[in-house]
Amino acid sequence: MSLGGFDVQVLRENGFATEEMTLNMGPQHPSTHGVLRFVVRADGEIMTEAVPDVGYLHRSIEKISEKVGYHGFMPYTDRVDYVAAMPCNQGWAMVSEKLAGIEVPRRAEYCRVIASEFNRISSHLIAVGTMGMDIGAFTPFTHALREREHINNLLEELCGARLTFNYMRIGGVAWDLPPDFAEKALAYIDRFEPLIDEYNALISFNKIYKERLVNVAVISAADAINYNLNGPNLRGSGVDFDVRRDIPYSIYPELQFDVPIGTGEEGTVGDCFDRYMVRIREIQESCKLLRQCLQQIPDGPVLAKVPRKFKPPVGDAYVRVESARGDMGWYCVSDGSEYPYRVKIRTGSFTAMSIIEKVSRGLMIADLITVVASFDLVAPEVDR
Amino acid sequence: MRDLVLSMIADGGLLAGMPYSLAAPLVMVAFGALVVFGFVLPIAGVTSWLERRVWARIQSRIGPNRVGPQGFLQWLADGLKNLLKEDIIPSAADKWLFSLAPYLVVAGFIATFATIPFTSSLIIADLNIGILYITGVTGIVVVGVLMAGWSSNNKWSLLGGIRSAAQIVSYEIPAGLSVFPIVLLTGTLSMQGIIRAQGWAPWDWFFFYNPFTFVAFFVFFVAALAEGNRTPFDIPEAESELVAGFCTEYSGMRYLLFFLEEWGNLYVIGAIVTTLFLGGWQVPAFTDNQTLLTVAQFGTFFLKAYFFVFLAMWVRATLPRLRVDQLMTVCWKYMVPIAIVNMIGTAAWMLLVPEALGRMVQIGMTVGGGVVVVVFFRRVRFHLRRANLQPSDYYYSPII
Repeated sequence: MSLGGFDVQVLRENGFATEEMTLNMGPQHPSTHGVLRFVVRADGEIMTEAVPDVGYLHRSIEKISEKVGYHGFMPYTDRVDYVAAMPCNQGWAMVSEKLAGIEVPRRAEYCRVIASEFNRISSHLIAVGTMGMDIGAFTPFTHALREREHINNLLEELCGARLTFNYMRIGGVAWDLPPDFAEKALAYIDRFEPLIDEYNALISFNKIYKERLVNVAVISAADAINYNLNGPNLRGSGVDFDVRRDIPYSIYPELQFDVPIGTGEEGTVGDCFDRYMVRIREIQESCKLLRQCLQQIPDGPVLAKVPRKFKPPVGDAYVRVESARGDMGWYCVSDGSEYPYRVKIRTGSFTAMSIIEKVSRGLMIADLITVVASFDLVAPEVDR
Repeated sequence: MRDLVLSMIADGGLLAGMPYSLAAPLVMVAFGALVVFGFVLPIAGVTSWLERRVWARIQSRIGPNRVGPQGFLQWLADGLKNLLKEDIIPSAADKWLFSLAPYLVVAGFIATFATIPFTSSLIIADLNIGILYITGVTGIVVVGVLMAGWSSNNKWSLLGGIRSAAQIVSYEIPAGLSVFPIVLLTGTLSMQGIIRAQGWAPWDWFFFYNPFTFVAFFVFFVAALAEGNRTPFDIPEAESELVAGFCTEYSGMRYLLFFLEEWGNLYVIGAIVTTLFLGGWQVPAFTDNQTLLTVAQFGTFFLKAYFFVFLAMWVRATLPRLRVDQLMTVCWKYMVPIAIVNMIGTAAWMLLVPEALGRMVQIGMTVGGGVVVVVFFRRVRFHLRRANLQPSDYYYSPII
C-alpha cells in the first residue's frame, strides 16, 4: 500500500484566477532549527518556490579571529557549530599546527578522535531526533536526547563542558582522559548500540515515517556534487566520499571503519530517507571507531610544546575535517604576527542551503520541513 | 425523567406548583449543567494532565508533578493561569468571528454529552437518533475551527483551518459508514438501544460479533482520531509546520478552549466506541441493589471509555504525522471502501450466517483477540530486554 498522494493540479480556466500565496517561514518558526528563514511561494499546500534567506545568525566569527589570536580563537570555534563543536576545535587546531609545523603527540590524536566521534554521535542523535520531531513524532526526539545526555556526561568528564567544549589546543588537547574514562565509555557504547535497533524499530521503519521521507526531495549524485553538498547529505545521494578516509588526517588511516552511503533502500537514491539512514549508520560506525580508539590508546603526553605567543611563519594553510555536517574546510592566512591575517570556514550547512530552492519546487509545505531536517541544518553553522 | 419531575413538583421545594412544561426544561438544564461542570470540564482537565504525564513517561521524562499530588491539580493551575492572561485579538482579525470561534468549538463538543449513556439510567437525553445526533453536533466543531482559521487573518491559521475542514469533513464519512453495521445489527440509532443489544461478556460485544464489525471498529476509531485532530492526523495544528495551526493567533482562555475541546473530545471518542463496539455500561447482574449496579455500570463505562483515551495518548506518543495528501488518500482510497465493504458484509452476514455459526465465530474471535494481547505483551517484553534500560533512563517511580 502506498500512501502517495493524488496528482494535484490547480485549474485556472473560465477566468477564475487564483493567486499564489507568499508565506514567510521563519526566522521565528518552530521547526527551522534556529533562525533560518524561507520565503515560500505556495499554491495552496504546494510550494512553487522556497527561497532560503541566510544571515540572521551572523556573528562575524571569522573576523573575530583576526583580533583574538590563535589560542584565543579556540573557544569561538565551538560556536561555529555548537551541536558538533569538537570537529570545529579540531579543524582550528589542525590548521594552526599545519601553519607552524607542529607535531601532535599520538595520545592527543587519540583523544581528539575519541572526542570528535562522541560528538559526532551526539550531533547525529540530534539530527535524527529532530527529524522525527519535524515529522510529528516527539518521542524519538526525547529518546535520542536521553542517550545524548549520557554522551554529554562523558564529554563533561573529559573537558568540563557539555556543549561548547573548548577541549582541543594547538598542539594537542587541554586535558588527558580522566581515570576510568575508557572503561566507562566502552560500557556505555555496549549499552548504546542495541538502542539504535530500538530506535529504528520505534521510528525509522515506521510506515508513516517512511511515507513521509521516501522519494521526497531526491537529489542525484551529479546534483549533489554540483551543489557542493557534503558529509551525510552527499553520501545520502550515493557518492562515496568521506574526508576521514579519502583525505586522511589524524589517526583515521589506522582505524577500521566503513563509510555508509545512501542505497535507495526504500525508494530512490538520494531521497530524505537515505540521508536519514546514512546518519543512523554513521552512529554505528562511530561506535566502531570509538571501540578501537579506546582500546588502542597509547600512553604519553597530550600536549606538544607550543609557545604562548604563537606566531606561525608567513604562509597559508587549508585543512579539511569531517565534521558531523560534512567536509568542513578551515583556511587560514598568516602574516607572521600573533593574529591570523584571514580565516575562512567552509561549512556543510551553508552549502546545503543552496540546493533547497531547487529541490523544494513542487513539494508540499510539510515537505519543506522534512527537507530542512534531512539536511541537518544548524543555523549558526550557516552564518558563522 | 418525567416521573422524577412530577414527584419534584409534588414534593414542594423549588419546583412546587410549577407547571410541568416549565419544570421539565429547568430540571433538564440543571442536570445538563451538572454533567458539564461536574464531569465534562473536569474530565477534559484531568485528561490534559494525564496526557502530559503519560506522554512524559513514554518519553523518559517526568512531566508536571508540582501542583497537587503527582501534579494532579495542574489542569486547574493551567486554567486559572489562562483565565488571567490577556485576551489578545489581533487588530487585523475579524473580531466577531475571532471571538466566537472557540465557543462554537466547545459548544459542539459539549453538546455530544447529551446522549452519552453513562449508565442504564444516567443519560441526559436518550434520543432515538442518538448516534446520528452526535455525528451531527460534532460537525459544529469544524465550523468553529474554520472560523478561527479564517478570522485570524494569518496565513498559517488559514492553512490550518482549511486543512482541518477538509480533514473533518472527509473523515466523517468513514466514521459514519462504520456506524452503519451496528445500526443494521441493532435496528436502532439510540445509544441505550445499541448497548442493550450487547452483553457484558466480550463475546457479546459487537467488537467480536463478526469480522466486519471488528474491522469497522478500527475504521471508526481511526476516523474518530482524525476528526479529533489527534496524531497521526494532527495536521491542522501541526506544530512543526504550521506553528500552531488555526489557533496561532489565540491567547489566554480562548486558546485553552480549543484544547479543552481536544482533550474532552478524547473522552467522547472513547465513549462512542465503547457504546458501539464494547458493550457500553453492561455488567453482569451480580446484585439487586440498584445503586450498586449503577455505580458498577458507571465505573465499567468510564474505564472502557478511558482506555481509549489512554490509547489515543499512546498513539500520539508513538506515531509521526501524515502529510495532508496522504491523509486524504488514507481516507478516500482505503477507509471509505473498507467501511462500505463492512456495511455490505454485515448485511450479508445477517442474512446468510445461521446463529450457531455466528456464535462460534464470536467465541473464536474473542479467543483470537486474547492471543493477540498475549503476543503483544511478549513483544513488549522483548523490546524492554533488548533496550536494557537503566533505572536512570526512565522515570518509572510513582513518587517523582
